[in-house]
Amino acid sequence: MTQKIGVLALQGAVAEHIRSLQAAGAEAVAVKRVEDLEQLDGLVIPGGESTTIGKLMRKYGFIDALRKFHEAGKPLFGTCAGLIVLAKTIQGGEEPHLGLMDMTVVRNAFGRQRESFETELAIQSIDNPVRAVFIRAPLIGEVGSGVEVLSTHNGEIVAAREGTLLAASFHPELTDDYSLHAYFANMVQEAAQVKR
Amino acid sequence: MLETGTSRVKRGMAEMQKGGVIMDVMNAEQAKIAEAAGATAVMALERVPSDIRAAGGVARMADPTVLEEVMKVVSIPVMAKARIGHYVEARVLEALGADYIDESEVLTPADEVFHIDKREFTVPFVCGAKDLGEALRRIQEGASMMRTKGEPGTGNIVEAVRHMRLITGQIRKIKGLSKDELYAEAKNLGVNYELLLDVHETGKLPVVNFAAGGVATPSDAALMMHLGADGVFVGSGIFKSDNPEKFARAIVEATTHYTDYKLIAEVSKNLGGAMKGIEISKLAPHERMSDRGW
Repeated sequence: MTQKIGVLALQGAVAEHIRSLQAAGAEAVAVKRVEDLEQLDGLVIPGGESTTIGKLMRKYGFIDALRKFHEAGKPLFGTCAGLIVLAKTIQGGEEPHLGLMDMTVVRNAFGRQRESFETELAIQSIDNPVRAVFIRAPLIGEVGSGVEVLSTHNGEIVAAREGTLLAASFHPELTDDYSLHAYFANMVQEAAQVKR
Repeated sequence: MLETGTSRVKRGMAEMQKGGVIMDVMNAEQAKIAEAAGATAVMALERVPSDIRAAGGVARMADPTVLEEVMKVVSIPVMAKARIGHYVEARVLEALGADYIDESEVLTPADEVFHIDKREFTVPFVCGAKDLGEALRRIQEGASMMRTKGEPGTGNIVEAVRHMRLITGQIRKIKGLSKDELYAEAKNLGVNYELLLDVHETGKLPVVNFAAGGVATPSDAALMMHLGADGVFVGSGIFKSDNPEKFARAIVEATTHYTDYKLIAEVSKNLGGAMKGIEISKLAPHERMSDRGW
């Protein structure tokens, strides 16, 4: 059975993730309210502005709901702002949002928009190099022992996985390379099998 | 290997703003209020459009210290305005570290013939448009994001509605044309055929399109989202209202949940007065900012 994956649609690049998930063979829907989470097997937290997304998540009860979603063994995938939302610690003392993934993130780590860039990245378990677009991107500064580093750029961590949590500081949804979405769809499928 | 300022990086930055509200701010204190309310970016200005209207004279790029002060206090992107065609102002803003430049009709145009060659810049640009031809001409010059012009500083949504309806209606028409008809239409609109073909095939502009120019209430913002905007710019509407903090929060929520009318009703309660508006017919032709640019 095809897994159903949601994309949190409070703000940000929602349509692009839905298109990429569908291209990777998954069923994808936009999620605006906590009630919509019940029917899902996994969720993507997209790129956007983490301060905006974080505020709206608090306002509409997504913090507790997504912690429960995670406890139920359902995978979460955060890209850019979504990665910040997943992190246990945000450098600079900002209050964490979901605080689920054992890592410290550094916001706007590459500088301002004029320093934003794209490049090719090698990613663990993905055969071909992936075109990665970094936009005012965060970095993963430190990770806990349970976190597997999937990719680095100039020695800095830019993609990682901890159990059912997946995070990337770049935007796989802005390219036509769907391999990271396929990787996540696979995580969702595995998690659904474990539950059964 | 590492490439900055590519079209994907510049357009992608606007994609990340989708579903969001970009607010005009005049100082650090207002910038903090906007960020705390959930703005996805701020536009650093010396004066908001309604004050520019009131002041008259020539409106130029803001004092660099305004931009610096705002960049220092917020973590969200900071945009700034340059005059139409004034590529030195744009270079100055880029050098200062502005995250996006608005080549804006709100300021007095510096060039009546040529817009800025925006492809030459690493920093992305947003531009205003009243119709599809104008939008595609700006995109052709390298704009990475569009917005309706509306009529800035009026608190009157009618022009933004007119521009958004016209653009989406024209896109529907382009979609329905046969490929050979597109050549003549490209000539009519004064745009490149390839760009028009892209609109024909995708049924949308190749870049994100926000609403701007007259948004004053949560319902205004939601209306523009219904009409197909990817997000909204609010200029004078926040800091010329009676309660900027409440207005800012309410407009952010109404933009996210633009089909949830109960929620919009809830956030619209006890907001205090919206900015005082201007009836468009009361504006003399030379006072219409939307007629600047081509």
